[in-house]
Amino acid sequence: MTPEMQDGGGELSAPTIWLIAVRDDRDRVAFGRLFDHFAPRLTAMMLRAGLPRAQAEDLVQEVMLTAWQKAGQFDAGRAQASAWIYRIARNRQIDHFRRNRRPLPDAVEMGVEDREDDAQQALALGQETGHLRAALAKLSEEQRAVIEQSFLGDLTHAEIRQRTGLPMGTIKSRIRLGLERLRHELKELR
Amino acid sequence: MMPQVTHHIPEEMVQAYVTGALPHAFSVVVAAHLSLCDTCRAAAEAFEAVGGIALETLPAPTGDGADMTELRARTLAALDTLPDAAPEPRPVAPYPAAVMAELGNRPPRWKSLGAGIRQTILSHGPEGSVRLLSIPGGKAVPDHGHNGLEMTLVLQGAFSDHTGRYGPGDVQVAETDIEHVPTAEPGPDCICLAATDAPLRFAALVPRMLQGVFRI
Ligand SMILES: [Zn+2]
Repeated sequence: MTPEMQDGGGELSAPTIWLIAVRDDRDRVAFGRLFDHFAPRLTAMMLRAGLPRAQAEDLVQEVMLTAWQKAGQFDAGRAQASAWIYRIARNRQIDHFRRNRRPLPDAVEMGVEDREDDAQQALALGQETGHLRAALAKLSEEQRAVIEQSFLGDLTHAEIRQRTGLPMGTIKSRIRLGLERLRHELKELR
Repeated sequence: MMPQVTHHIPEEMVQAYVTGALPHAFSVVVAAHLSLCDTCRAAAEAFEAVGGIALETLPAPTGDGADMTELRARTLAALDTLPDAAPEPRPVAPYPAAVMAELGNRPPRWKSLGAGIRQTILSHGPEGSVRLLSIPGGKAVPDHGHNGLEMTLVLQGAFSDHTGRYGPGDVQVAETDIEHVPTAEPGPDCICLAATDAPLRFAALVPRMLQGVFRI
């Protein structure tokens, strides 16, 4: 499966499948594929933040190694690989540019029942993300540039003035609702 | 048990947290609230999904920058000697992990402001300040004379003012100069996490507070 085939039909994205293989089997071939998929994009993200090439590469390496170290925390029912890697990359950038470490929410504890639930949740999330991607693709060039700037842009000028884990609670259904709502909002933007 | 949250973080602040645009002091409050609120956590993760899509659609560097061979070899080789991830800060009730991280994983070192009110400054700088505040049940929250935006998250107990009741997990976002006198509910101390975008003037007010600025 290629990444281009992903998501639309509610299938797991290829990077998500690779990340699950890294999580469950410490699969180095899958990790290599994740690297091939994300490292060029992450490099572009770091260069956008204004980092020189060598430093950008160092941060990309750190992001990928963090993904290897923390793969055990990946929950395909709550995030696709791209969103999970995005979070790690933004954390790393913020820690690089800011005096203080980025504050993070408590880690969510994954229970056995949550893992069983994973496949279905992950498929539904993949489908919803596909819809969201389609909605984003239909935005005007200008609107997309605003979103890109906000999510991937330079952090130095970005500031605006304007227990061992938590129970899973209702987070899984709500993130889907969140995605759905976001998609509707994007629709209204057009 | 997740608290019953009724006052949430405005969505644009959740987005600003996810994209990294929120100053540190407010980010501490958002991260702490996300630990206590599934609704806002789901919104944050939905925004991360947007970030993930944006990342996926970013064109890879071309020309000289396109060659990843060396970085790939270096990264895969590093897996052999990679230590375990450093342990992440853990929550210690009633403090979420983000607060424990600010505290250096130690219990708060309270400083008395008089009248049973105590505070612990977590960080403060030109971009904003964040602190813990402990108010005895039944007492009014002191006027701390901020200018600008203030975000207050209840971690324990509750307070009320003319805008409503705020219990554990609830957040109040207020612009400067709101004429309100929040009062802690009778019962255990009300412990709040409060961020302002102006440097704290709280400490400077102590002598005045002793003369009755407390509005108790
Ligand atoms: Zn909330």
